[in-house]
Amino acid sequence: MNQRPFAITLDVGSSRSNHTGSWRVERPNYVNRLPPCNNACPAGENIQGWLYEAESGDYEAAWRTLVEENPFPAIMGRICFHPCESACNRVQVDEAVGINAVERFLGDYALEHGLRLPDAGPATGKRVLVVGAGPAGLSAAYHLRRQGHHVRLVDSSAQLGGMMRYGIPAYRLPRAVLDAEIQRVIDMGVEVMLNHNVDDIEIERESGRFDAIFLAVGAQLGKRVNIPAGDSARILDAVSFLHEVADENPPLLGRRVVIYGGGDTAMDAARTARRLGATEAVVVYRRNQEKMPAHVEEYEQALGEGVTMRWLSTINKVDADKIVIEKMRLNAEGFPEATGEYEELGTDAVVLALGQDTDLSLLARASDIEVNDGSVQVAENLMTNGRGIFAGGDAVPAERTATVAVGHGKKAARGIDAYVRGATPEPVAKHALAEFATLNTWYYSDAERTQRPELEKVRRQDNFEEVVLGLTERNALFEARRCMSCGNCFECDNCFGVCPDNAVLKFSDGTYEFNLDYCKGCGICAHECPCGAIEMVPERI
Amino acid sequence: MLQQIEGSRAVAETVALCRPEVVCAYPISPQTHIIEAVGVMVKEGRLSPCEFINVESEFAAMSVAIGASATGARAYTATASQGLLYMMEAVYNAAGLGLPIVMTLANRAIGAPINIWNDHSDAMAVRDSGWIQLFAETNQEAADLHVQAFRLAEELSVPVMVCMDGFILTHAVEGVDLLDQASVDRFLPPYEPRQVLDPEHPVSIGAMVGPEAFPEVRYLAHLRQLDALHRIPAIAEEFLTATGRQSGGLVHSYRTEDADTIVVAMGSVLGTIKDAVDIRREAGERIGVLGITSFRPFPARAVRQALSGASQIVVLEKAFSIGHGGVLATDVAMALQGTNCIIREVVAGLGGRPITRQSLVALFYKAAQGELGALLFLDLDMDVVDREVERMKANRRSGPSAENVLRDLGVTRGEGALS
Amino acid sequence: MTKRPVRFYQVGSFAVGNRLLSDEERTVQSDPDRTNSIDSGHRACQGCGEALGARYALDAAMRATNNQLVAVNATGCLEVFSTPYPETSWRIPWLHSLFGNAPAVATGVAAALRVKGQSEVRVVSQGGDGGTVDIGFGCLSGMFERNDDVLYICYDNEGYMNTGVQRSGATPPAARTATTDVVGPQPGNTFGQGKDLPRIAMAHDVAYVATATVADLHDLEAKVERAMAFRGARYLHVLVPCPLGWGSAANETIHVARLAKETGMFPVFEAEYGVVTSVSKIRHQTPVEEYLKLQKRFAHLFGKNPRPEIVAHLQELANRNIARYGLIDREETPAARHASTSEEPA
Ligand SMILES: Cc1ncc(C[n+]2csc(CCOP(=O)(O)OP(=O)(O)O)c2C)c(N)n1
Ligand code: SF4
Ligand SMILES: [Mg+2]
Repeated sequence: MNQRPFAITLDVGSSRSNHTGSWRVERPNYVNRLPPCNNACPAGENIQGWLYEAESGDYEAAWRTLVEENPFPAIMGRICFHPCESACNRVQVDEAVGINAVERFLGDYALEHGLRLPDAGPATGKRVLVVGAGPAGLSAAYHLRRQGHHVRLVDSSAQLGGMMRYGIPAYRLPRAVLDAEIQRVIDMGVEVMLNHNVDDIEIERESGRFDAIFLAVGAQLGKRVNIPAGDSARILDAVSFLHEVADENPPLLGRRVVIYGGGDTAMDAARTARRLGATEAVVVYRRNQEKMPAHVEEYEQALGEGVTMRWLSTINKVDADKIVIEKMRLNAEGFPEATGEYEELGTDAVVLALGQDTDLSLLARASDIEVNDGSVQVAENLMTNGRGIFAGGDAVPAERTATVAVGHGKKAARGIDAYVRGATPEPVAKHALAEFATLNTWYYSDAERTQRPELEKVRRQDNFEEVVLGLTERNALFEARRCMSCGNCFECDNCFGVCPDNAVLKFSDGTYEFNLDYCKGCGICAHECPCGAIEMVPERI
Repeated sequence: MLQQIEGSRAVAETVALCRPEVVCAYPISPQTHIIEAVGVMVKEGRLSPCEFINVESEFAAMSVAIGASATGARAYTATASQGLLYMMEAVYNAAGLGLPIVMTLANRAIGAPINIWNDHSDAMAVRDSGWIQLFAETNQEAADLHVQAFRLAEELSVPVMVCMDGFILTHAVEGVDLLDQASVDRFLPPYEPRQVLDPEHPVSIGAMVGPEAFPEVRYLAHLRQLDALHRIPAIAEEFLTATGRQSGGLVHSYRTEDADTIVVAMGSVLGTIKDAVDIRREAGERIGVLGITSFRPFPARAVRQALSGASQIVVLEKAFSIGHGGVLATDVAMALQGTNCIIREVVAGLGGRPITRQSLVALFYKAAQGELGALLFLDLDMDVVDREVERMKANRRSGPSAENVLRDLGVTRGEGALS
Repeated sequence: MTKRPVRFYQVGSFAVGNRLLSDEERTVQSDPDRTNSIDSGHRACQGCGEALGARYALDAAMRATNNQLVAVNATGCLEVFSTPYPETSWRIPWLHSLFGNAPAVATGVAAALRVKGQSEVRVVSQGGDGGTVDIGFGCLSGMFERNDDVLYICYDNEGYMNTGVQRSGATPPAARTATTDVVGPQPGNTFGQGKDLPRIAMAHDVAYVATATVADLHDLEAKVERAMAFRGARYLHVLVPCPLGWGSAANETIHVARLAKETGMFPVFEAEYGVVTSVSKIRHQTPVEEYLKLQKRFAHLFGKNPRPEIVAHLQELANRNIARYGLIDREETPAARHASTSEEPA
């Protein structure tokens, strides 16, 4: 058999000496694109990254990836308004991935299994004062501890959490969850001073010899408007109302309550009023449903719990047992205009939910800090004009959500870290966005979103039990697996499989490489990559 | 053991003794009796292990043989005439791939006009294909040649075609001494392929070869056939030793020692020629015969040697290259290049026309008189031809002349019932 | 359905791999140690569907037979681009004889293996559509009829591509080829009955007949595996787009194959002993235009002088397939689909 016929019979695999790569005019290239969820996350979470871990059922790894950016998944999984889901590319296939629900599942999983946050970094000897123990302050404390800085966290309230505790009712965020996640941060070695009012920031800095300060004082003052009111009229502001409820010292409201305003706080106040026994909770809002700033979920929950709405109405007068409402209409620009039509509405109390202001009295002596329209002005890295003073959260101009605040905390920590080390913060390179058009969605299984179960309506009426329940593991896993991993390889092996020239090498660690000796540059791999993680670039010829 | 037996049967029995492992069969006269007989033996289990495959065409028959042979099985098939042409592409392919398939060719004319009777046109049509072509003179030799053919094919990795005259041999019952299994087994070792499709040692067989290597491939094939010129007589010699029988070899001379005229021919007609030669010898003519057994490879040197003493060579052949002349004659002429021999071409027996002793005696007489022209068609009915030629002249569109000739002869076409 | 339902994970059963599946559930192609029956360095055009289809099918056959496989190949692109002397791309025992005899050669191989008692070694015979539905048809039918133990795989690129894109019996109506130019009143290939070889194969009552495309690897591999579970004659017809002959973009080879199936132009099904046992349903029904427009061989149906009536005629052919094989489940709701895909988390 060693005398095979010349030329007619050939030894296997000999074609490998023919390097067809020389035919190529374009070459494939693996890329990472920025998933729109990550791009939209105010806390800068690597959502696609932790969903990827969760998909394999490794919830701890998923949670660890998550808390790299945000130490509060159980909280965020409950209260975040998830702009990630609005941005999710899957919307264009069926429905957004239930990112928030999975986040909550992971958060709860970690609490249940007693997972601990990463250890604090080696001590740097630098001292940072964080004023305000809300989401921004806590987030900053977490990141600063990881960087090894000493953190003193001060707050004027009796408990930690800021608006997460005093603004968000327990039926949305159970206190046990809140406490547990906060405690985990504190356990990293954060020095806490509660019931501590900072009257003068400079005095505070000097006495504590702080190298930097982060102001995360929030916006705790309910806005007031001038409404003619009778002597015995009962008018409260929503911030204080919710704060008192949180302190388990709820004010008396009566059976009929009017809530004035159209934001999430208005919804929270109305739903809380219902739980405190109000038979009527009427939200009065000067514009219509379309223009209402409250999130739809909140609004729908409120409606479901018996809250009613009075659109296009302003309150003109408040009396002891009734209010006078003036009807409005929207003008061409969409602004409400008075119609001159009035109506009376019987009520026992009015709760004003018209927005919040920040108490900046502590900055009185820090004259170099610029304040504009009640907000502290900051640079990109959240540093104020004041030396070593950073600010974030509701106190600076931005969307006022807990998630934004968490993001600020992280960003400020990064800025402070660079500042105390005398370095300039490295700009974080952003990848190009993983647009829907870069995906090949054929490959994703048809799978509609799993809905989160909810507490039955009748059981919500007189208590603060959590309304929205978590996903079972099975559902969370399913939901995680709906993620399309936009812009980031998830090891589907398509490139490895579809190359007609076997020019993709697959390694055991789940990575791939192009073998340019043989790649002819047909581009099938790029076309068939489900998640758009391959680009074709022209060959320099 | 000597038996009175039909030629086809003798071949079938001998083929079976060669232990073929895959036999493919597609019927065509006059080959049918051979494959029918082998088929029965396989079915009975007398020939085992063996796969007998009833294919749907000769093209498939040779193709199945190709596949089987490339997988290391000893493969055999048989055909004739139209069948050979129908498998032509595969015939070349088998040789090109160097697969030692053995095939019996029951020589038969090629149509149109369709004709089932014997001549050598079919064999001539594939003479350039790379197959070794051996012509049997008798049924004994036909049978013996198959044993030698397998041996030769497998030694050289070249396919071998054993040509035997259709009907004249295939259907003739005469005494044949069949070999026994033990002596065949001694003579023919198991097939050891030079290349084989084997999952343990994968190779690619049948590559596409371009101008950069094609001539070398062909030249190497030629060298292998030249090799056969040594192996054929050596194997025949061995066969003689083993069986005591003279069969095969390159050429056979008969009464040529002092011959002025030597008649060259192939196949069963040699017997009649020898009879006619004997008659002419008795009349005092110095005439002899050279039978060619190996047509491919063509044994030019042996032919030249055997013919060197003669001044006139009469090549009598059952085939004809239309527009040229004899095929064998051309090869003989090539072998005799540079000698002063005169070569006379005689085309005889086309389409089964009987070659009678009488005609041959007359022919040889003429030859001795120096009256033979360069090309002669033996026993041609010149009246028919002349009439047809006249008609053609008169009317250029008189239709196919074969039809006209048949009409003139009063023969109708319905008679080819065996085809 | 021979296709195993893959537990839901992002790409379910659609992509080549799925890192969460157990080893047995993974495709052969996702295995870093797959055979690569046809190796790198072959001279197929960029984006060749046939090179891909052959590797898919043969690698799967290799796994199904525990690497005890012999392949016979008809003349055609696949043969030419894989074995130009002095290089071969094949890693498996491979034999090329002629254009029209691959099924018969395979019969011979199978017979030899049987006679030698090597029944564990299996035979695949393969060729292009020309080698299969036209010139090799006689041998193929004979092989079917005798029920020889051969899996015949036709790589259908709908034309004689190796000789420069001429029409074959598998060329679709209206398609432009070098011998069906777009001139005269009937531009491109004429409308006829076509030669539907899978159905002709079924008429032989062979054990297994299936169609597949290079766009659905799981399906293709499952069919090869299923085919290898039978003895006797089997037939697999794989649609393999040809960028050069079809005038489609090299990077769209798989996409075009997918649309062939999703439009109903190419029905994907399997049959045992002459009876259809499963069909691959259309997932996102697509009008034929979307398929045709990706291919320059149909360009004369669009553009300046559009031929909507011809497109409609092609749509009718697709509709006929949809009706004949029940390619669309009318009742099935998205929710039902959901339920079937979400079965079990891994
Ligand atoms: C008997 C014979 N006729 C014609 C050819 C020329 N020929 C070689 S390959 C081929 C076309 C092959 O077409 P197909 O079988 O569809 O395979 P493809 O190249 O399209 O993959 C033709 C016509 C040949 N080699 N042999
Ligand atoms: S599929 Fe293969 S040949 Fe085509 S571009 Fe990708 S790596 Fe290159
Ligand atoms: Mg083709």
